Amino acid sequence: MRRRRALWFWVFVGPFAAGLTLFTYVPLLWSVGLSFFDAHNTVTPTHFVGLDNYTAMLRDGAFVGSLKTFLLFTAFIVPVTYLLSLSLALMVNRVRWARAFFRSVFFLPAACSYVVAALVWKMSIFNGVRFGLANTVLGWFGGDPVAWLSTTDPPWYWLVIVSVRLWLQAGFYMILFLAGLQRIDPVLYEAAAVDGARPGWTVLRHITLPQLRATSVAVVLLLVINAFQAFDEFYNLLSDARGYPPYARPPLVYLYYTALGQGQNLGLGSAGAVILALIVAVVTVGQARWLKLGRTDPDG
Amino acid sequence: MTMSRRALLAAGAGAGAGLLAACGSNTGRGGGGSGTELSQWYHQYGEPGTEQAVQRYAAAYKKAHVKVQWRPGNYDQQTAAALLTDSGPDVFEVNGPTLDQIQGGQVVDLTDLLKGVRDDFNPAVLTPKTYDGRVWGIPQVIDMQMLYYRKSLLKDAGVEPPATLDALVDAARRLTGSKVKGLFLGNDGGAGVLGGTPLYAAGLQLVTEDGKVGFDDPAAARTLGKLHQLYADKSLLLGAPADWSDPSAFIQGLTAMQWSGLWALPQIQKELGDDFGVLPFPKDGGQGKPSVPVGAYGAAVSARGRHKEAAKEFVRWLWVERTDYQEDFALSYGFHIPARISLAKKAGKLRSGAAADAVRFTTEHGYAQPLLWTPAAQTAYQDALSRIIGSGADPEGELRAVVRKVAGELDRVKKKS
Repeated sequence: MRRRRALWFWVFVGPFAAGLTLFTYVPLLWSVGLSFFDAHNTVTPTHFVGLDNYTAMLRDGAFVGSLKTFLLFTAFIVPVTYLLSLSLALMVNRVRWARAFFRSVFFLPAACSYVVAALVWKMSIFNGVRFGLANTVLGWFGGDPVAWLSTTDPPWYWLVIVSVRLWLQAGFYMILFLAGLQRIDPVLYEAAAVDGARPGWTVLRHITLPQLRATSVAVVLLLVINAFQAFDEFYNLLSDARGYPPYARPPLVYLYYTALGQGQNLGLGSAGAVILALIVAVVTVGQARWLKLGRTDPDG
Repeated sequence: MTMSRRALLAAGAGAGAGLLAACGSNTGRGGGGSGTELSQWYHQYGEPGTEQAVQRYAAAYKKAHVKVQWRPGNYDQQTAAALLTDSGPDVFEVNGPTLDQIQGGQVVDLTDLLKGVRDDFNPAVLTPKTYDGRVWGIPQVIDMQMLYYRKSLLKDAGVEPPATLDALVDAARRLTGSKVKGLFLGNDGGAGVLGGTPLYAAGLQLVTEDGKVGFDDPAAARTLGKLHQLYADKSLLLGAPADWSDPSAFIQGLTAMQWSGLWALPQIQKELGDDFGVLPFPKDGGQGKPSVPVGAYGAAVSARGRHKEAAKEFVRWLWVERTDYQEDFALSYGFHIPARISLAKKAGKLRSGAAADAVRFTTEHGYAQPLLWTPAAQTAYQDALSRIIGSGADPEGELRAVVRKVAGELDRVKKKS
């Protein structure tokens, strides 16, 4: 009986384990190996260069610049999306009439793809000519048209990137917070009211937010992961046939061009990938510690 | 309907096998059968009829069965990755080959295919496909870029077609009004498309003939600074719905002048009739000269292909012998200049008006990106140009860093030769 169960275990798990090994772990280890070699146009290099690829990558202004861009993007988009989606959830949760309507209105953008939204933002709302929506509104107040995606001083392109992401994401996280809010026992609020706590900031701080801790942990984790994976809106808003401007180039895209594009420098690209993986690992561990993930709740 | 576990497993195994077959087999090489089978890759052209044309050329070749693959998406990346494996194409068109591909032994030496006709290929596009005196790709057609200007708008503003970069800056400023901008160099202000063109207009180069940095000169900073002047004057159209490669902004009257490609000429002619002219990028400074960038996709043979000699023979037949097909490919679908000088001279469509000017600019002022200009050098220069134009970064400081980077790249590639 046990042998038969083991057989079925491998029938179901085996193909996936083999696939994972073959397509994930072997390439991963191979890539780490490549990062120590001069691997131009080859995946089986012979010239060992030690840490040269790592030092070259860390001195590469384009790569370091792309890392800074994304760290800045993450540092901004995560708290802003968190606050916006929490605020929306708190508002929608208090609405007494047309509840379903308001929930749908805020959630619907989540059904739109990043590509479509980015193109609408780029071509209709934030194009730089006088008949773009944003420029038309500016024109009503006597303002000159602004080249939203081409201006770095001030960096208006951030407004476009951030607004499209907020529009697409906030509704989804609002739903998560709503679910969290509805799980809070009303007795807690009643007890607080009996004790004299007024609805508002005090109740929010001492009851709602602590009760939403588990949801908040999940939301922050998802937001950070999504921010590091951001690609669609950068690609559709800012890239052209010749690539990205230096101020908005995702690091993974730069590594892709270095290793797999015409650069074909697989050693250098692999070193960059290892550096990026280490940064993501450090951020993840730091975040897990900050959010106290994995610790047993003494009350729980 | 329910499904038994056995049926589910069988279905899963079947789907898996199908998926594996689909992943591994679509290389375009074909297998078995009689005679040699060659796989030929093209990037996806925008012009209708081009795909049918190359299918027709392939079908007309009798010494081998040539299977054409029309590949959309990031073609350069696709071919670069395919060359690392032996499941890639036998023959492929390439915006190169790059120096790393040549030095890495990924492409086959095609020098002997040009025996007796080498001088008939436009040197501007043959030179970047030549390394160590050997030819690694046969140029197919020439594409070039130039400055389109609207004659009526210039006349109304009392502006002459600019012959110098200073005159261009001045003209763009004077042509800019509340509804029309003076000049469109792309939505990024020209950083992406202009590349080395302003340096050549200043009498400099990206890489010198003896393999040194070609713009380690104060004139480079001076010229690139003028591009920022265009931006600072608000003379540039930015954020247009279609970018520089599309002539829509010019046709719709959003700009009085636009940098675009030869391919845009038929559309502009159709919409504006005679109300436009073309210019090379204007010269700058005493040593300067007008410049136009030219480029050419070329036919190359993969060194990992199974039928290298047959593939070379096919390339010779199509891109050296069959001049009728070459002319058809250049002029019947899109609008390109044939890579063969003799064909370009006799092509009726290129003998008058703006098209004739374009051919003349190509011959007199054309420059192609040098083979030694590596992707890493390109990224460093392009990023600096973007910061100079859009952010007003100090051109001298930016160029100093680029010169260091490019010099390092040149040392690296020269060590391998």
